[in-house]
Amino acid sequence: MSAAVEVQGVSRRFGARVVLDDLSLTVEPEEFVALMGPSGCGKSTLLRLLARLDRPDEGRVVVPGRHAIAFQEPRLLPWEKVWRNVGFGLTGPGVRERALAALREVGLEHVADAWPKTLSGGEAQRAALARALALDPELLLLDEPFAAVDALTRLRLHALVRDLRTRHLPAILLVTHDVDEAIALADRIDVIGGGRIREQFAVQLSDAERRDGPARAELRDRLLHALGAELDAPARSFREPVSTKGP
Amino acid sequence: MAHLSSDQALPAPIAVGGPQATPRRRTRPCLAPAVTRYLLVPAALVGAWQAACSLGVVDPAVIASPIEVAQAGVRLAKEGVLWTDLSVSARRAALGFALGLVVGVVTGVTAGLWQRAESVIDSPIQILNTIPFLALVPLFILWFGIGEKPKVILIATGAAIPIYLNLVSAIRNVDVRLIEMAQTLGVSRRRLVGRVLLPGALPGTLVGLRMALAFSVIGLVAAEQINADAGIGYMMEAARQFLRTDEIFLGLALYALFGLAASAFVTLLERLLLAWQPRFAGR
Repeated sequence: MSAAVEVQGVSRRFGARVVLDDLSLTVEPEEFVALMGPSGCGKSTLLRLLARLDRPDEGRVVVPGRHAIAFQEPRLLPWEKVWRNVGFGLTGPGVRERALAALREVGLEHVADAWPKTLSGGEAQRAALARALALDPELLLLDEPFAAVDALTRLRLHALVRDLRTRHLPAILLVTHDVDEAIALADRIDVIGGGRIREQFAVQLSDAERRDGPARAELRDRLLHALGAELDAPARSFREPVSTKGP
Repeated sequence: MAHLSSDQALPAPIAVGGPQATPRRRTRPCLAPAVTRYLLVPAALVGAWQAACSLGVVDPAVIASPIEVAQAGVRLAKEGVLWTDLSVSARRAALGFALGLVVGVVTGVTAGLWQRAESVIDSPIQILNTIPFLALVPLFILWFGIGEKPKVILIATGAAIPIYLNLVSAIRNVDVRLIEMAQTLGVSRRRLVGRVLLPGALPGTLVGLRMALAFSVIGLVAAEQINADAGIGYMMEAARQFLRTDEIFLGLALYALFGLAASAFVTLLERLLLAWQPRFAGR
């Protein structure tokens, strides 16, 4: 079976600013990878490339046909009922039934006929997650979808994501600022710096170890160090336009 | 669970098994403000007007009292001309507005969705927009004569422009994040237009609709000042020649009713079409 995500030598520039510089990344089927890095390091740019919302200046991006994304904001259509939103990407018969099934999975069946603006932040994100899952994606992209909810809701959403993962088994790429979130969820944590993957950390912890213990503390320290070191490093993402000309 | 404020528009109650602290159900807004707005305030104004006339504060030749205006209405109704004038005016306004609505929506949607169409349509309409549309009256008489045609077209012009302008800008201002969301789900262009762009443009379009209705009434008044042989404007023109202040006021009151009806119509449309939008209703 081929990789779920294959990114080879991808560069993306915005004017003179090099955001991604010869970046390569592979995500295996059913693998859960967390992408971390300081603000402006290109995490979201990479995710937009994978979601086909943007094209690379150079390099190759291969993603499965069935992929879906959950954004930082729920991005629900405020003029459609929740179930219509969840079924927005669906075609063919039985859209309502399929949407309701997806809502049931995220525990939101009871608000199927509510307007999105009446939902709480956590409910809205769950609805957005249901909309992505309704497509039964081979690749699920998560762009900091839990950043704007409170800590307790975030923990519940983490549990939900773990649960959904075991049922649907998509490959997942999660962009996050939260080291604890990455450790709680991911099989692998990639740290971006200077426009490419700087370091990779395999998370080989049991569920209990992910919650607490010396192994978790050690990984957390190494991650923070990798991220902190990045902050001290020279700003490689800003360069003279001349030097950005790739081969 | 969601916290709901009392005046948020919500769908019918949803039956759920589990315990739920806040019933999801629409609470009717208090009736008192509506009574104040639509009955008490107008009644007080008319009462003050009548008092000023009865007490001789104002010259009856200058301002007719509400009772005189009502009597004029009854008299003209008995003569049978009131209904004729009213229906002629209503027909003009409705025809003109409908024509303007169709033209405004078709050009607005076309220009809003296709940049190429916009580059062709937009400048002429922007130029037209800088001319007060009432200034077109002499030209329209020259082009279309003095019958119903120039009147209807004048009203249509007044209505089409605000609909076009608001529709184009509303389509262009639809949240780009929602458009991206639709793209990532790989929906068809038809679904993008039908379920994201057009519904998203609806609030702005209704603003344009409200303006268009107001402009239709203004266009109606202007159109009826020229060579009309029936209609409220004709009635007022005749009243002026016979120094009937009461009938002139009656005409003004009828125009005001047209405006009120138009405004109520748009408010109703907003209630129906924008039920999804929690609004700030003032404090």
